[in-house]
Amino acid sequence: MANAHNSHDHDEANHGSVKSYAIGFILSVILTVIPFYLVMNPSLPKDMTLLIIIAFAVIQIVVHLYYFLHLDGSKAARSSVTSFLFTALVIALLVGLSLWIMFSIHTSMMAK
Amino acid sequence: MSSQVINAGAHGHDHGHDDHHHDSGQMTVFGFWLYLMTDCILFASIFATYAVLSGNFAGGPSGHDIFELNYVLGETALLLFSSITFGFAMLQMYKGNKGGVLAWLAVTWLLGAGFIGMEVNEFHLLISEGFGPSRSGFLSGFFALVGTHGLHVTAGLIWMAILMYQINKDGITSTHKTRMSCLSLFWHFLDVVWICVFTVVYLMGVL
Repeated sequence: MANAHNSHDHDEANHGSVKSYAIGFILSVILTVIPFYLVMNPSLPKDMTLLIIIAFAVIQIVVHLYYFLHLDGSKAARSSVTSFLFTALVIALLVGLSLWIMFSIHTSMMAK
Repeated sequence: MSSQVINAGAHGHDHGHDDHHHDSGQMTVFGFWLYLMTDCILFASIFATYAVLSGNFAGGPSGHDIFELNYVLGETALLLFSSITFGFAMLQMYKGNKGGVLAWLAVTWLLGAGFIGMEVNEFHLLISEGFGPSRSGFLSGFFALVGTHGLHVTAGLIWMAILMYQINKDGITSTHKTRMSCLSLFWHFLDVVWICVFTVVYLMGVL
């Protein structure tokens, strides 16, 4: 009975701590301020700035998923992580293919 | 002998019932997570629409002309602060500290309300300058995307206000714990969507 209870606790979802929320928050502040600074005070070439702000957004999303939404390697988070990965695939198809089709049409129309 | 069996049976039943209740709470939270995944797809569709329309200015203003990045940074700060304060409310809930939960939820609510206030003000200024959603394809896409996010945050604020009333009335029951877990996912999810909004709409619009 006691064992069962312990193993049950072990399977519980990670609820985070003041420390983990603080780490997530500080990382998010850094990952927000740098892209805003780069766009408000243009110092790098546009292409490079674009790449950096997209990369920082992706990293910040991962930080939020890990520190705030507790999507980690724990057993309790497994089905959430799986459903999220599937959703990410659907989003990539939905957004990527829509843009591909629409900008191809745009280019074809311009050519005429 | 028979009474022992009955006792054991009753005990087993109670235990099973407890487990069932605990699991059903977790299943509710997972079900809510699946709803959020479908909400992701809703936002992805609106983002794709915005991306397609974002160059159609129809002689109207571009993002460079109308976006104030300092103002957007302020909105972002409010939402990010509200994420960590909601996290603190959750930690107080696991400790069973009702006063702490209500205090952090109140702070979160005010930060969220500040965000919505800033957004409504931004929309009001744009529309009063003649840059409403009907001005150009770009502005239609902008108001649809940012407005949908704002409506979600507003729904979260209404939900939070009701939950604060319920927790104040009943204390931290297991039902309220489940509701708090769902709202926590919803609130943090909206912050994740906002990262995409400020990057794709505001930063890439001004760049």
